[in-house]
Amino acid sequence: MPAKLILSMDGSVIKEYPLTKERTTIGRKPHNDITIDNLAVSSEHAAVITILNDSFFEDLNSTNGSMVNGAPTQKHFLQNNDVIEIGKYKLKYLNDQPTQTSAADFEKTMVLRAPIKPSAASVVPVAESGAKFESTTQYNATAPKPASAVAPAAAPTPVAVIQILNGPNLGKELELSKNLTTLGKPGVQVAVLARRPHGYFITHVEGGSFPLVNGSSIGEQPHQLNDHDVIELAGIKMEFYLKN
Amino acid sequence: MRAAPRWQMPSVSVHPRCSDRQGERVNLNQALEIVGQTNPGMVRSHNEDSITFDAEYGLAVLADGMGGYNAGEVASGIAVSVLASEIRHRLESDTPEQKVAGSEEELGVVLLRDNVKKANLSIFNAAQSQPQYAGMGTTIVAGLFFDNRVAVAHVGDSRMYRLRGEVFETITRDHSLLQEQIDSGVISKELARLSQNKNLVTRAVGIDADVVPEVHVYDVAVGDIYLFCSDGLNDMVEDEDIGATLQMLQGNLTLAASQLIEQANDNGGRDNVSVILVKIKGGYAAPRGVWAKLVSWFRN
Repeated sequence: MPAKLILSMDGSVIKEYPLTKERTTIGRKPHNDITIDNLAVSSEHAAVITILNDSFFEDLNSTNGSMVNGAPTQKHFLQNNDVIEIGKYKLKYLNDQPTQTSAADFEKTMVLRAPIKPSAASVVPVAESGAKFESTTQYNATAPKPASAVAPAAAPTPVAVIQILNGPNLGKELELSKNLTTLGKPGVQVAVLARRPHGYFITHVEGGSFPLVNGSSIGEQPHQLNDHDVIELAGIKMEFYLKN
Repeated sequence: MRAAPRWQMPSVSVHPRCSDRQGERVNLNQALEIVGQTNPGMVRSHNEDSITFDAEYGLAVLADGMGGYNAGEVASGIAVSVLASEIRHRLESDTPEQKVAGSEEELGVVLLRDNVKKANLSIFNAAQSQPQYAGMGTTIVAGLFFDNRVAVAHVGDSRMYRLRGEVFETITRDHSLLQEQIDSGVISKELARLSQNKNLVTRAVGIDADVVPEVHVYDVAVGDIYLFCSDGLNDMVEDEDIGATLQMLQGNLTLAASQLIEQANDNGGRDNVSVILVKIKGGYAAPRGVWAKLVSWFRN
């Protein structure tokens, strides 16, 4: 299903426009793909360039400008649910293709067929659109943060802490804030604590002996930690506990 | 552990007739540690990735197949077996660092390129003759370690990364729509993470009668770790997290490999995920005769 723009004013939907063309123009004049007959709209106000599943908004130096998600915008890489504002009109961008349910099919790698020419320009498969793009600079997105690109599969695991129970660092605490935390002395004995969606796991990394959990050796396999387990590693005892 | 530097010149008595020993391939078992793992992931019912590796020959090959039914597995399987068997066979009698007659290129580089093309033709012909395989293809990334270097050939979006000291970086550049958009400035590297066009490759093995693999040669350093992976890893796990994992677990490559796969699966595991890790434990310079040294000294 192609992405689409939904034109509305004052909360009432006027029309839906599927983004099937490589370049969809927005403006006051009737030759535009999306015509908005209002004097606040320039005759050629803006364009949306669509390359397969991605769309880019570009203001065409219009008199009154365009906003995306409330901020004045010249160029923007559109993300699902972005709202473009032109005068009193709103255009909502909907592109909900990669839902989790259809992910299996969608994620399959596909080949873009292109004539094979040994050292031809690297922009072969989208040559036509590529040419238009070459003069433009990079697009800025104000919307979602890249950090959310990889969605966690489950609710976040509660934060856990390791507290040292003996030796010179007695009483010190270490919060397990990363996915992986290594403990021990390199070359002597090292274990790794992995934070996973369903809990924390300790695994032996290197050294002649395996870590002990509550007094027994964990061997080579990952071992799931429970609240208040006591880990012993290279002579150091520490307690694992979950923070509320 | 890095070996203590040895300052004495290599003793001539070790290779009594140095100049005649050039035809001897170096066994890289002592210099390289290689592990590899492949996993179907959390969503797919079968695994279309194929991997193979051989420390003795310094070879690592990873392919990510595509096509209906089991055609993807067939394509990646052909690619991996053609490269592995042809390269091993040739290196029984020749060395990867020798120059190929009539060209300035080394045999290792030529072997990678020619055998990717050979695999391409095998897959293409199979796809043409068997209707159930129509349209199958595969990405490939293959590394051949020789003479303190690595030659890497790739087609598509399977990658090779390198961890050197603190720096973890991509060495290969994907043949994908997204990479081309990044290169031409349509989209920034940061925003590329948000793109919906992640899985579109612009080159693949077996789709057309010919293919142009990209081949480059890099110097290696002792302590380097090379990661070969399918996009099932780098689409699910951020580069930063992959690098941190290798950094932390470099003392145990097998565990590092399984942790990477686990992270991809914990993040959703939407694709098959494969990794090969190669750690440079020591130098592996090709033996050079006095005469060869003299010639190269004059050339420089």
